[in-house]
Amino acid sequence: MKLRTMLLASAMAASAAGFAASVHAADIKEVQMLHWWTSGGEAAALNVLKQDLAKEGYTWKDVPVAGGGGEGAMTALKAMVAAGNPPTASQILGYYAVDYAEAGKLGDITELAKKEGWDKVVPTALQKFTTTNGKWDAVPVNIHSVNWVWINKAVMDKIGGTEPKNFDDFVALLDKAKAAGVIPLALGGQPWQEATMFDSVVMSTGGSDFYKKAFVDLDESALKSDTMKKAFDNLAKLRAYTDPNYAGRDWNLATAMVIKGDALVQVMGDWAKGEFKAANKEAGKDFVCYRFPGTDGSVIYNTDMFAMFKVPADRQAAQLALADATMSISFQSAFNVVKGSVPARMDVPDTAFDMCGKKGIADVKAANASGKFVGSMAQNYAQPPAIAGAYHDVVTKFFHGEIKTSDSAVTELIKAINAAK
Amino acid sequence: MTVSVAPIAGAVNPKPRASLRARFQDGLPKLVLAPSFAIILVFVYGFILWTFFLSFTNSKAFANFNLVGLANYQKLWTWTFESDPPSSWYTALVNMGLFGGLYISLCLVLGLTLAILLDQKIRGEGVLRPIYLYPLALSFIVTGTAWKLFLDPGIGLEKAVHDWGWTSFKFDWVVNPRMMIYCVAIAGIWASSGFVMALFLAGLRGIDGEILKAAQIDGASGFAMYRRIIIPIMRPVFLSALIILTHLAIKSYDLVLSVTGKNPGGAAELPSTFMYSYTFTRNQMAVGSTSAIIMLMTIAAIMVPYLYSELREKQR
Repeated sequence: MKLRTMLLASAMAASAAGFAASVHAADIKEVQMLHWWTSGGEAAALNVLKQDLAKEGYTWKDVPVAGGGGEGAMTALKAMVAAGNPPTASQILGYYAVDYAEAGKLGDITELAKKEGWDKVVPTALQKFTTTNGKWDAVPVNIHSVNWVWINKAVMDKIGGTEPKNFDDFVALLDKAKAAGVIPLALGGQPWQEATMFDSVVMSTGGSDFYKKAFVDLDESALKSDTMKKAFDNLAKLRAYTDPNYAGRDWNLATAMVIKGDALVQVMGDWAKGEFKAANKEAGKDFVCYRFPGTDGSVIYNTDMFAMFKVPADRQAAQLALADATMSISFQSAFNVVKGSVPARMDVPDTAFDMCGKKGIADVKAANASGKFVGSMAQNYAQPPAIAGAYHDVVTKFFHGEIKTSDSAVTELIKAINAAK
Repeated sequence: MTVSVAPIAGAVNPKPRASLRARFQDGLPKLVLAPSFAIILVFVYGFILWTFFLSFTNSKAFANFNLVGLANYQKLWTWTFESDPPSSWYTALVNMGLFGGLYISLCLVLGLTLAILLDQKIRGEGVLRPIYLYPLALSFIVTGTAWKLFLDPGIGLEKAVHDWGWTSFKFDWVVNPRMMIYCVAIAGIWASSGFVMALFLAGLRGIDGEILKAAQIDGASGFAMYRRIIIPIMRPVFLSALIILTHLAIKSYDLVLSVTGKNPGGAAELPSTFMYSYTFTRNQMAVGSTSAIIMLMTIAAIMVPYLYSELREKQR
């Protein structure tokens, strides 16, 4: 009896699960979204989008991802797509979008993009990631840039520093801080952070044309040039200004050192501003932001995008609504004010932004016009993940002394890049 | 649960179902085991074969079927000998040797010592045992983060000792890429030796007291008794402890990432982190699969002869 009851119960459970699945498929007024903006300001910013969609009658369903950062989410996404059950859209970074597009997993929102004229308002270099063969398959949510330095204003005033205009100025400023007994450079010694800083150092040492030739074109003569060696030497100079315990530190702890005034400056992307905001610090009053010395006028960008997956016809309306809402001027402004980044459309008014945001918006426009808007190598926007990973390896090994000279660093860099191609 | 239900069902009307019941009881173990057998067949051995196949392709972000022969193995083979500057794979192998060797041997030694000490019929054993066992209840990521904070020279042990007045004390292994792997071993040993102790303690309690009494009458000293009688009797416990520790060492991933903080200087690489990063973040799935197969082969090369010799001896 009991055995039969159990069998019956399990059969019922199985059919109930099947029933639930079929109900699910019929539900078209729902946006399934995979993202890792789950904490604090980012979650609040995303809430704006949820409300915009709710007004149009679409419900929002987060695809749960175990673990915090983007890595876990990318693994979960890969599994979902491989199983033929992609979400409506997913937060995605750099070349991962290209990978999915090339594998034919992304949908097509070109019609909407044409109607709204996105190709005119989104920076040209960025469209490499949102379009495939002229077809739009992703929408950019923001533009981050990595060539920023974040300075504690009180410490800066105390040591009598001024804005550094080139790399030598920067070193002089760091010396001043060191003499005053402050930790000059707050750094988290993790491969991606060191590589992100090196992006700026290369830009500062060689200029944007050199950066493009070396990292976007992977031109071997540029990669092994004396300029690249000089960039590695400049990076080595910065090592002397960190505190001894920097290895393995998380980026936000390094930002906290600047916020508290223990350290003078952090070289970090503009997501660092979110940490200042969370600590109730005001741009211009408590902290200042400059472009990494010697890179003013250039923007080394990375961006968060929503990749639009190829979904069945009954889910496409929700997908288009999501894309449209994401690209709306009001959302782009509201989201990026909170996130610390700048809007991915160049026609969003900068009135709601602080001084760093205003500068960021102006810089993006200027850099796009002058062709100095380039992807970050460290953040997977200049090269695919395999090559960016090789770059991380070489930079971090050099920074921690496993690779001893800038000569062998460039040799290793070329070798690692070729092995990853 | 199902197993306990069956006899009751039979007991209700025993006569006509007698033969059916016998057949049912005969088949039940197979029936119950069948799903897990099928699942293991597909999800363990099936996917091992799939990974093996992928290691001969040039799969990148997604699996593909373009065979490239042994190219991936060649790549890893050359990386195995690149020591200056160390390739990530070389570092991973060296670290595996260091971490695995220290972790397994020290866990065994500490676990056995603790078990022997606890077995001296001391008072308060009931309190001490769970205290030693407790670290196992924490996930490795919590263990790793706690140890990272504890060993951090700026806020942890070194600072505390400095504050107590011993200012020349220096312990900065956790921020020194070359010494980091030892910190991972420390955290791992802390987490697992209590568990090994529990295994040995169970083994010690299972030893027949008569043998020990006989040895005592023959005049064996305490040390000789452990060395010649007790430890040899516990050989099967060593086998289980070794198997558990080896697989924990080889698959440890969260521990190394949380203690070292995302592999600074590329110095905290382990085969597991190498495999994960190549497969999932660097989109070089074929290289990742190759490293996974090499890991499997290495483990098999160590464990199969050992298991074979241990199990054959038991049969004799």
